[in-house]
Formats: sequence, structure tokens, C-alpha cells
Amino acid sequence: MDVRSQMSMVFHLDKCLGCHTCSVACKNIWTDRKGAEYMWFNNVETKPGTGYPTKWEDQDIYKGGWEKTNTGGIELKGAGKLKGLVNIFYNPNLPVIDDYYEPFTYKYLDLIESPQQDVQPVARPVSLITGKPIDIKMGPNWDDDLSGTPDFARKDPNLENLSPAEQEAMFQLEKMAFYYLPRICNHCLNPACVASCPSGAIYKRGEDGVVLINQEVCRAWRMCITACPYKKTYYNWSTGKSEKCLLCFPRIEAGIAPACMHTCVGRIRYLGVLLYDADKIEAAASADEKDLISAQMDIYLDPFDPDVIAAAKANGIADSTIQAAQESPVYKFVKEWKVALPLHAEFRTLPNLFYVPPLLPVMATISERSNSPKVNEISKQWDDKWLYDTSLDEIFGTIEQTRFPLKYMANLFGAGDEKLMADKLNKLMAVRIYRRHKTVGDISKEKSDEALRKVGLSESEAEALFNLTTLAKFEERFVIPAAHREQSIEMLESTADVKGSEGFGFIERPVRGL
Amino acid sequence: MVDNVLYIAFPYVAIVVFLIGSIYRYKFGFKYSTLSSQFLETQKLYLASVPFHVGIIVIFLFHLIGFIIPPINISLGGTTLVVFETIGLIFGFLALFGIIMLFIRRLQNERLQMVTNKMDIVIEILLILQILLGVLTAIMYKWGAGWYSADMAPYLWSLFTFNPDASAVAAMPLLVKLHVIGAFLIILLIPFSRLVHFLVAPFHYISRAYQVVRWNWDRKTIRDPNTPWRETIKSPQNN
Repeated sequence: MDVRSQMSMVFHLDKCLGCHTCSVACKNIWTDRKGAEYMWFNNVETKPGTGYPTKWEDQDIYKGGWEKTNTGGIELKGAGKLKGLVNIFYNPNLPVIDDYYEPFTYKYLDLIESPQQDVQPVARPVSLITGKPIDIKMGPNWDDDLSGTPDFARKDPNLENLSPAEQEAMFQLEKMAFYYLPRICNHCLNPACVASCPSGAIYKRGEDGVVLINQEVCRAWRMCITACPYKKTYYNWSTGKSEKCLLCFPRIEAGIAPACMHTCVGRIRYLGVLLYDADKIEAAASADEKDLISAQMDIYLDPFDPDVIAAAKANGIADSTIQAAQESPVYKFVKEWKVALPLHAEFRTLPNLFYVPPLLPVMATISERSNSPKVNEISKQWDDKWLYDTSLDEIFGTIEQTRFPLKYMANLFGAGDEKLMADKLNKLMAVRIYRRHKTVGDISKEKSDEALRKVGLSESEAEALFNLTTLAKFEERFVIPAAHREQSIEMLESTADVKGSEGFGFIERPVRGL
Repeated sequence: MVDNVLYIAFPYVAIVVFLIGSIYRYKFGFKYSTLSSQFLETQKLYLASVPFHVGIIVIFLFHLIGFIIPPINISLGGTTLVVFETIGLIFGFLALFGIIMLFIRRLQNERLQMVTNKMDIVIEILLILQILLGVLTAIMYKWGAGWYSADMAPYLWSLFTFNPDASAVAAMPLLVKLHVIGAFLIILLIPFSRLVHFLVAPFHYISRAYQVVRWNWDRKTIRDPNTPWRETIKSPQNN
């Protein structure tokens, strides 16, 4: 058992309101530089939708992540020692700037300096690459809230194995729904970007598992951009180096939450330590697709187990880190209550960002049954049979009535396993029913008990899940063991963070080489 | 005198500048990069970058083999040598085609102009001329590659053994002389251009484990009260 510590995240999608505050906070700190304008270490996309970069989930296009070989092992789909070196002069699977968008600004000064004339002056958009006027074809969050549109929602790669009827049902105007999917780097246990880097510039920090790109060693072989199936490494076309989310490690070392999490308005984000067994990574990453998620869950260890604690201490993990692991909100969501799932586990990178799937847009379904008699006194019923309504024969509707097909949700979070997806949603629903019983009282105790019993939650667990979901304070959502002063990076080298430098450990300003 | 300056002094200057410049620049490693522009323009790159790189690498290896083991060419003789020369010429043309395509691509694309500096243009023109000179020499003079082994390799060896003798080059036609000067000029300019990227070609990737985990301190001794903390620190190493 090789116990290591990993900073890992849970995003609670039911709570995400799509305000993009996280993206803006991140951009202001890390990517408001030349060559980085198009990068969003944190982005929020609308699902169903094509995302950023366009159709990033479609690995037939981008060849990201790992795939199983005939011999039972795994290999990188579009990079690796053979494919990477053969394609080093020209990477056939590289996303280009147009797959993201051409960064632009407006000539605002024209509004002020325009001479008097008969027409209103306009601020024309100009490219941030060439400085010339452009027609904007794509921008950050271009598909925001555009569920149902033919260009975005209907091209969602996760619709692939849904029948045309199922797809159509998702996009009828009156019944349409969507939710937001905020994404940062997953700081994977089996990172494809690290494995693909020919110069060895990308590495996983042993102490907290943050995946970083050493800017001094990066040589722009650009394999990481192909290899990362989440497209969370970005190429800076100006400096000729790749960059990625660094989980605000200077903040984490000081015990402060990363900027995206700190600013989260919906309080959807949780950050905490997971202890894991590094010896199990290889086996878990090459498990059969149906076992992938359970194999990944087995890697994470119980921080209360005396054997685990002893092994962790022998590996030099600080007591403060072990304590943080015991209080970790991520551990609770992922291991204790088992309601959070990794995004696209089938990419086999073992991501450490888990999502509590969104219940409301999925459950708030309505079929043409609004003429059926009301089961409950207080449930609302609208005359328009197509109207958005959560109150049919069950107060919240049931899993079987989902507005989003479970297959669609399972493609995103369950590696295709619909049953697993239904389990998670049922659990979340049970907590909801339990709380409705507690607070409103229009659901009977029998019904509430029955719902909890079915999903195997005790009342106290349901209460704890509810508390951490809705009422958790800052310190409960972010349990970050600060780096011990004698170990912190600042003791080794000056991070000399000035705005405009990247804080990756160099003092030099990041200017383009000759 | 002029010969000595051009074929003895200049090469030494070029090599010294190349060595010192490259090491100095590596020390401040942020600027070592291929500066790939594929992210901004990918469609025209395939028919430019691949032929150029494949061509130039094969040609470079041919030059290197001829230099390191001169007798190999002479001993081959006859038909084999012709085959080798034909292969060399094909790859020479390939490299020439590639570099011209790269040059055109760079000039045509608006986005690429934003990431193009003067040295990129200088280097590309120099490479075009240099490869052209090499190809022309191969076509116009029917000495065969044996000549390279017989005359040029000894000259290069004389440079490297610090016993310089320029007489062999001085007797060569202008085309060859220019090719020699061009070669050392390019070597001189390597530390000042994007050409440095060939010095950090990722051969070590082949033998490396796929996953890289770096520890800032030695996790086995960090909690050991008998080890001073300074000794537990592992500075992250670069390649």
C-alpha cells in the first residue's frame, strides 16, 4: 500500500446557477495575458451542448485519453511514445485556435474619439491575435443556455447512442431543459497529459497531487493538448508553451481555497483531501469499462482506518493532512454517501473532480398526463399540459419519468452505466423526499422512510447530506491542509508572483523566445 | 589569408558562439521551445513541416556518417554509392520542398505573421539557400559522395583536432565554399534562433516511465527528527 494524498474536488451540479463567476475569477488571476486570452482554466458549459472546445468529448475527433489494448493494458489514444514521436513534426489530432475561438476585443476608443457624424459610432470587434477587425464566429460561452439549438445542443457528443425519439423528446421547446457543467482540470491519478509529454515537463506533484506544467521544460511538442481528453491543457501561441489549471497551488499551500471555488456564488464547490493507494492505479485504469468507476472508488482509502493512517504516516503524510482527509467533504460525497461521480470515467484518466449529478432538470419532467387526477392536495397542476411542472402523481416525479434520458446522463457521469446513474439520482431524491417530509410535512413518514430504506441511507446520513449540500459553511466546504512552512515551495524557490508572470516558479517574465 | 579567416577562424567562432550561446540560453530555459505555430495554422503545415524535417534529418545523418567514418563512402564504391547518392538527393529535394513551403506558409498567413520575428525569416532564407547549394552541388558535380569523405571529412577533422588545414576547401568550387560558410553561419545562429529546439529533441521520452511524479521533499525522511530538513528537500530537476 503506497498511501498518497490528493487534493480533490466535488461540484454539486444542482446548485450551479451558471453565473460564470468562477471563470472570471480564474481568468483575472491566471489567463489575462497575451497568448492566453482564449484559455479558460475554468469554464462553465451548458449541457446538452458542444462545450469548449467544440465537441471536446468526441474522442473520434480529438483522440484524447487512454484506450484499452488487446493485451489488457492501456495506451494513449492519440499520443504516447510511438504515436507521439511519429507525429512530432505535425500532430494530426491537434485542436487549433478555431476549435476554441479567436480571442477578440472591441475598439472601445472609437466610441469616444469618433468625430461628430450622422450615425452612431460603433466599437468594431478586433482579433486579439492579429489586431485586425474580425467577424466573431465563436466566443467564450457561445453556447450558453442554448439547449435545443441545432448547432449546439443537438451536436452534443453524449447523444450518440440515444434513439432519435429520445433525442427529440429532450428538445421539444416546452419541455426543454439544461444544466451547467463547470469544468476545471481534473488533476487525474492517471493523467494522459503527463504521459504524453515528450519532454517530461508535465508532472504530478507528489505531495498534493496537483498536475503542473514546468514552463521551463515545455518545448511545445503539443502532445498534451491532444492527450488530455478534457482539453484542459492549453497552448500559449505567444510564448510557445502549454499551460493548464494549477489548482491555485500558491493559495492551497497557504490553506486558501482556489479562486474559482472561493468565488463560487452557488457554493457548489467542495475541496478536500482524498487518501489513495498509488499501487492500485494501474489496475484501476485498465479495468473493464463497466468496472471503471467502482475500481476508481476502491483506490481511495478510508482515512479512519488505523492501517491506512499508519501507512500514510510512514509515507511522510503530515498529521494535518490526515486530519483534513478525515474531515474532507469530498470523501463524504464520494465514498461515504456515494452520490458523486467522475466525468467521463471511460477516458481512463481517473479524474479527481467528482460531480453530484443534477437532479432537478432531470427529474422535472412532464409527460402528457396532466389530465390525470392530482395525487396530492398541494401539488400544482397547470392547465397547459406541456408546462414545466414537478408535481404529477409523485411530488417530485420519479426516476422513470426523467426529462433527460438516463442514458444521456450515464454517458456523461456513469461511463454508460444507467443503473449506476439511477442509484445516484434515487439517493438524491430520497434526501429530498426526507426533507420535504421534515419541513413541509405533506409526505408521510412511511413514504419518507421507504425512500431512504430503498437507497440505503439512514436518517442521520440524509440529514448530513442535506446539511453539507445546502447549509455548509466555508470551512466545511473547503478543508485544505496548508503546506507546512518548512515544506512550502516558497522555501525552495521564489514564486515571485507578479501580475503578468505565471507563478509557475520563474521570476523571468514569460516572453516569447527568439 | 582570406581562406584562413573563412574556413578556420570563422568555423571556430561559430562553434564557440554556438556552444556558449546554447548553454547560456538553456540556463535561462524559458526560451527553449519549438515555438510551434500549428495551433494557429494546421492545414498547410503537414506538407511543409513533415517533408522538411524528414529530409533534413536524413541529410544530416548522411553528413554525420560521412564525417565520423570517412572510409565508409570510399569503401562502398560503384553502384552502392550511386544508390546512396540518389537517396540523399531525394531527401535533399524533400527538405528543399518542405522549407520553401514553410516559408510561403509563414509569409501568407496573417496569424503567423504575429508570431514571426526577423530571425525566423533569416533562418528560413538561410536554410533554403543552404539546402539549394547542397542539392546543386550534388547535381552539378559528378564526384560522388566519395569526394566528401576524401576532402571535406579530413578538413572537418582537422578543425576538431585543433590542427586546422583549409587547403582542401580552398581548392573547392565556389558552390561548395558557400555551402561550407553557410553551414557554419547556421551553426553560429542556432542559439539566437528557434533552431535550438533540435538540441532538446525528446529522445529521453523513449526510456521514460509514462507517469511523472515529483516530490519537493523526500517523503520517507521528512518526518524523521534526525534528518535536517534541508537534506530532505528534493529540488525538482529539469531534463
